[in-house]
Amino acid sequence: MLSRTAENLFWMARHIERAENTARVLDVAHRTSLLPLDIEGTQAYLWYAPLNITGCADSYEVKYGLARADAVSHYMALDPDNPTSIYNCLKLARENARTVRGAITTEMWEVINDTWLELNRLPKQMDYENFRDFFDWVKNRSHLFRGVTLGTIIKDIGLSFIKLGTFLERADNTARILDVKYHILLPSLDHIGGAADYYQWGSLLKSVSAFEAYQKTYRDVISPQRVSELLIFRDDMPRSLHACMDEVESALIAINGHSGKEARRLAGEQHAALHFGLTQDAFSDGLHEFLTDFLKNTALLSREIREAYLSRQETALIRQLTT
Amino acid sequence: MDTKTLKKYFNEMYADNGAVRGIYERYGNWLKDLPDGTLERRNAEAELLFRRLGITFAVYGEDAGEAERLIPFDIVPRIFGASEWQRLELGLKQRVRALNAFLHDIYHDQEIIKAGIITEQQVLNNAQYRPEMKGVNLPNQVYAHIAGIDLVRIAENDFYVLEDNLRTPSGVSYMLENRKTMMRLFPELFVKHAVEPVEHYPQMLLNTLREAAPPNVAYPVIVVMTPGSYNSAYFEHAYLASQMGVELVEGQDLFVHQQKVYMHTTEGPQQVHVIYRRVDDDFIDPRVFRPDSTLGVPGLMEAYCSGNVALANGVGTGVADDKSTYLFVPEMIRFYLGEAPILSNVPTWRLSESEDLSYVLAHLPELVVKEVQGSGGYGMLVGPTSSKAEIEAYRLRILAEPAKFIAQPTLALSSCPTLVESGVAPRHVDLRPFVLSGKDVRIVPGGLTRVALTEGSLVVNSSQGGGTKDTWVLED
Repeated sequence: MLSRTAENLFWMARHIERAENTARVLDVAHRTSLLPLDIEGTQAYLWYAPLNITGCADSYEVKYGLARADAVSHYMALDPDNPTSIYNCLKLARENARTVRGAITTEMWEVINDTWLELNRLPKQMDYENFRDFFDWVKNRSHLFRGVTLGTIIKDIGLSFIKLGTFLERADNTARILDVKYHILLPSLDHIGGAADYYQWGSLLKSVSAFEAYQKTYRDVISPQRVSELLIFRDDMPRSLHACMDEVESALIAINGHSGKEARRLAGEQHAALHFGLTQDAFSDGLHEFLTDFLKNTALLSREIREAYLSRQETALIRQLTT
Repeated sequence: MDTKTLKKYFNEMYADNGAVRGIYERYGNWLKDLPDGTLERRNAEAELLFRRLGITFAVYGEDAGEAERLIPFDIVPRIFGASEWQRLELGLKQRVRALNAFLHDIYHDQEIIKAGIITEQQVLNNAQYRPEMKGVNLPNQVYAHIAGIDLVRIAENDFYVLEDNLRTPSGVSYMLENRKTMMRLFPELFVKHAVEPVEHYPQMLLNTLREAAPPNVAYPVIVVMTPGSYNSAYFEHAYLASQMGVELVEGQDLFVHQQKVYMHTTEGPQQVHVIYRRVDDDFIDPRVFRPDSTLGVPGLMEAYCSGNVALANGVGTGVADDKSTYLFVPEMIRFYLGEAPILSNVPTWRLSESEDLSYVLAHLPELVVKEVQGSGGYGMLVGPTSSKAEIEAYRLRILAEPAKFIAQPTLALSSCPTLVESGVAPRHVDLRPFVLSGKDVRIVPGGLTRVALTEGSLVVNSSQGGGTKDTWVLED
């Protein structure tokens, strides 16, 4: 497969997944903001979390200053100036899809194209009610795209690059959500089982659609260890780090190019750490450190994948030709 | 050709007394018995089919509205008989063989100049002549692997070549899509008629490209090269690549290392042997041609001239399809093949010649005047349908630079029945068959019929509101 085609498929999937994750994070912030404020402190404090998770706090502050509900929602959802806004993610997903029109199915193209066209028909400014509907719509479009993809595309190397994009982005997002909220996961003996914890952890679980899974799995009060176990180590939870790395590793094995040895090694190493790792170790070594390491390794893995498969740097290729 | 007899044009389906011509007999009977409104209904169906295709391929802009530039499709087929076609096929093959011989000659020994048939100035001073190609040997001595020859018909057995397209002729995807659509809409017609198939064109093209490969390459890697998804013919590029099962690449996907061309793939670099490029000469290599081109591949010309990669079409074919070179094609046929030309040229006045110039200036209202380098129906004067003011404005343009123009009589293009708002009515048509040259010269029966949808209009170019028709060649 042409590197450019693989790159476009990778980023098409990655941008769709990113749009969905941003919608999730904002949705939870909206829900939380309905709770009495003392649960997470001030409003500004609450609204910094989504900015930090998506890594756009600095650029937000330049434009708007203090974090406010309406400004953060607009900036992360609809602002064309924010390169990671949902608006731009859906735009880039479509641009990537359009240039590889021949490598995706008609149905996939129609979902992506319709999403973009519909987005442009939506109001440019939204109030609270609009935003709730909007986040649901974004999630639904993403679900639809995933369903159509799996239901129509031929299972070749192209699908593997789509999976790589999806699951690297998802792993990255889950790790960031956990990292930004890690302080609430630190065990504090006073509050176990308290109402405040229930809402905080509950909102975190809901943001990754894991609230019901938690209850089904543990049938017990919410505890930080279990939340971490569910979202980091369990392989049956679709948005956990372990489940994502399962998919990343199997996609890399399916691609199996001779240039991707280092990428496969890194993915295998990361997968093994999640497969055999223990929750108590992650806590005793520091959850924040654990997650920072994970994010660092994921970035490293992304770079390796880019260089091995997606890059069109002649020098790297000429090196391959001569070895 | 007497301009007076041209006033009445030739209707391909109906004779002057209103009788249906033999070739159209079965179609005419079928049409006669068709319940009212059926054609219109099927037409709506066809539009829907094409719109779906359009939605999926031709989305250019940001907004849905400006997205589709569909070329209108007419559901009445244009029909040729076997013997009619046979003659055209022989004539087309003959013409393309001569054109390729000419290209080989002018980039090698220039015998035709030495023989005094065409002047050195006419060839070497042409902006499309590429001195870089001098002495470069191409497999099978083929330069124009894919040629689109535009034909018009004046009378029963009177065909003229209007133009040779030897650079990157387009439209073949419409020929293929039109047939697919017709078979879907009117299966019963294909039962009644033995229509020669055209669907194997991509396979024929693939074979032609394979034969263009550098010798000694047993399994050549072939790609289609496009300027990118914003190009108006991008649909065709993607379509042909997928029909042939080869990669569709852009310049940025290729690189040259030690005079060999490679594409960037997920498996590492892969050598490419044949590039069916739909990028003009000017843009293919910024080191040799336009330095500002981002569509090309630096070093491509060097790889090409060392024989490590084939380009289809070859570089420098433009010198042979120029409107001022067109005049000499019948001579080329006699000179290189020793044969009498089967297809005629349209009589043409060269305004660089003072005698021709004074004749043309005196007869502008009845002539068609074209720019030598122009294409797509832009910048031409159609005398009979132009106002006095338009003619006078054009006269000034001619006087400023006469050598930039040629003139031809206004041809009474034949007409075919066409479904328009008022029902089925005659509209003028031309024909672009696609001629492929590899070890042999090949052609699928038929081609792309273009139709001027406006009543009385003689301009069939899609950029000027023309549509297309499925073209049938009946078996004997």
